[in-house]
Amino acid sequence: MHSTTSESPAPEPPSGSGPPGPPSGAGPSSGARQPASDDAHPPLPATAEQALKIAVVGGFGAGKTTLVRSVSEIRPLSTEETMTRAGDGIDDTDGVEAKHSTTVAFDFGRITLDATSVLYVFGAPGQERFWFLWDRLFSGSLGAVVLVDTRRLEDSWYAIDRLEAQGTPFIVAHNDFGDTDHTLEQVRAALDLDPGVPLVRCDARVRASAKQVLIALVRHVRSLVCEGSR
Amino acid sequence: MTRSHRQEGPDRLYVITSGRSGGADDSLDAVTLVVAESGPVPGMQSEHARILELCHSPMAVVEVSAHLRLPVMIVRILLTDLLDTGRITARHPRPAPSPARPLASPDVLEKVLVALHDL
Repeated sequence: MHSTTSESPAPEPPSGSGPPGPPSGAGPSSGARQPASDDAHPPLPATAEQALKIAVVGGFGAGKTTLVRSVSEIRPLSTEETMTRAGDGIDDTDGVEAKHSTTVAFDFGRITLDATSVLYVFGAPGQERFWFLWDRLFSGSLGAVVLVDTRRLEDSWYAIDRLEAQGTPFIVAHNDFGDTDHTLEQVRAALDLDPGVPLVRCDARVRASAKQVLIALVRHVRSLVCEGSR
Repeated sequence: MTRSHRQEGPDRLYVITSGRSGGADDSLDAVTLVVAESGPVPGMQSEHARILELCHSPMAVVEVSAHLRLPVMIVRILLTDLLDTGRITARHPRPAPSPARPLASPDVLEKVLVALHDL
C-alpha cells in the first residue's frame, strides 16, 4: 500500500556531476574524516547565528541553478525533500489509494553576509505540484525571485499566483538568453503582472547581473517595509 | 556513502531512522544552523557521527542534508535525536516571519543589501 513516486525535475543541466554532496573524488565512507569544508565549501564562521533565505523559482531550464551558482560563495549543493501525503490524483496512478511519497530535488547556494549572518539562495521548480513542499521549506523567506523564460512563460503563472496569495514579497526576473525580442512591457503584460511587482531583466550566467536581481528583490522588500511602517 | 539517496530505496531510509517517519523537531527550519557540542563517540550510529563531524562549524539543515545525501525530512529526524541528547545545539532563524508579519526588519535588509553590493 505504499507507492513511491519519484519526481526529480531539478537540478537543471548543466549541473556537472549528478548527485549532490562532496566531490566525486571523495571516495567511499572510509573518508570518515572527510570534512565538509573543502575549498568549494568553506565553513561558516563559528559566530554565524542567523540564516536568511531567498527562493528562486521557475520552470525547468529557466536558469535557477545558473543564477544560484552565479551568486553563491560555495559550489551549489543539491538535496531532496520528501513528503508523504494522501494521493490526490496528481500522479495519474488510477486506482492507487495509497499514500504517495513525493520527492523533489532542489539546489541552493550560500552568501555569508557578515560574522553572524548568512543568506541561503534556493533554486526550486515552480510547478504546481511542488508547492506543498516549498510552503514549508521556504516559509520565512525574505522574498522570492520568479525567474521567467519567455519561451515558457506559462511555467511561471502558478508560482506568481501562489506567491501573491501567500503575501510573500517577490519580483520577476526575465532571464534573457539573448534570443528573445520581447520588451519588459510585453513580458509584464503576458504575465498579467501587478504594477507593484518589479520586473527586471538579467543574464543569470553573469554574477554582476544575477546579484542585481537579488538586490532588486531586497530593495523591493525594503520599500514594502517602509510602506508598512508609514 | 557514495551513492546518492536518489538511488536508495525507502528501506535504507527506514533503517536509518529506525522506522520513524515523524517526531522531528518542528522548529528545525531548512536554514536552522546546527552546531556540534561534542565529537562522535564509538558505537554511535554512523549518520549521527557524520553530522557531529560536519557541524564542527555551524551548518544549515539543508547543507547537512546535501552532504549526507539524505532527504531533509530524514536529516531532521536525525538532528532531533542529537538535539534531544544535547550533542548539538540549534540556532534558529529569527525573528521568524509569520503570515501576519512576513517582512524582515529594515536592519536586516540593509545588512543584506550591503553584502550583496560587495559581492
